[in-house]
Amino acid sequence: MSVFDKVKSIIVEQLGVEEADVNMEASFIEDLGADSLDIVELVMALEEEFDLVIPDEDAEKIRTVGEAVKYIQDHQ
Amino acid sequence: MILDGKAAIVTGASRGIGRAVALALAEAGADVLVNYAGRPDAAAEVVQMIKETGRRAHAWQADVALAADAAGLVNTALEQFGRVDILVNNAGVTRDNLVMRLTEEDWERVLAVNLKGAFNCIRAVSRPMLKARRGRIISISSVVGLTGNAGQANYAASKAGLIGLTKSVAKELGSRNITVNAVAPGFIQTGMTASLPAAVREKMLAGVALGRFGEPADVAAVVVFLASDAAGYITGQTLVVDGGMVM
Repeated sequence: MSVFDKVKSIIVEQLGVEEADVNMEASFIEDLGADSLDIVELVMALEEEFDLVIPDEDAEKIRTVGEAVKYIQDHQ
Repeated sequence: MILDGKAAIVTGASRGIGRAVALALAEAGADVLVNYAGRPDAAAEVVQMIKETGRRAHAWQADVALAADAAGLVNTALEQFGRVDILVNNAGVTRDNLVMRLTEEDWERVLAVNLKGAFNCIRAVSRPMLKARRGRIISISSVVGLTGNAGQANYAASKAGLIGLTKSVAKELGSRNITVNAVAPGFIQTGMTASLPAAVREKMLAGVALGRFGEPADVAAVVVFLASDAAGYITGQTLVVDGGMVM
């Protein structure tokens, strides 16, 4: 499974959105309807799945699905 | 029973109000992790009493003032029961003195256990509760957090702080069906209040509309209510259980 596919399945589960809506350009807040608590939960789920620690200052910069995928690829 | 299948953590549950809360939650059907700081024998007795009601119970030593201990407490509950539905922040200490004679250490210890301890436990429990999309967090404040009390600047500040903490977390977690409330007991007959001089007790009793001091069970019954489905639309509130001392 690619990083994107793993991230997509986490997003679908956490945000309760359709798989088809999760593309690299999608913004968590504007396109996927996430609120601040969703973002925190999503970051925690990504940390768990990819065995990462994502500091708050980095998490703030992750606004789209593509940015999340890139962050994970760069830090694995 | 109203809490059947639920699992609870009660901090400072070996004696006083915490003990009564642990027993009442179990009586209502919940499994209980009995946290204690320094009295394993007393905690074991509470565990034994709960087991006699047919519920599961474990004693767990932890200093809630330490974040790692609080995290371990929540993890233990998850391991033992597979879930945490209810957190009762009850652990509390007093180091009474007039403000001019209150030492920095007296201040820090009371705030560390009573206020930071609640924060540590809330932070640790919020993740599993967010995942479960349900939860009940109940913190034991005090009427002195509302009124202030000469000789208890540190204790009153910690108890007032719990109310602000409760309201903030209620706003943060409300959208995930997690309610966060406080209970503010008045003069309850426990080890903590037994040491007060008779003259002080008499004076306080004169201000209680119901004309008697409260029992730990009076507070525990309100905690059970807040933990139940019946209180599902109550959050961010402080319920005063004081026989009409503060109105």
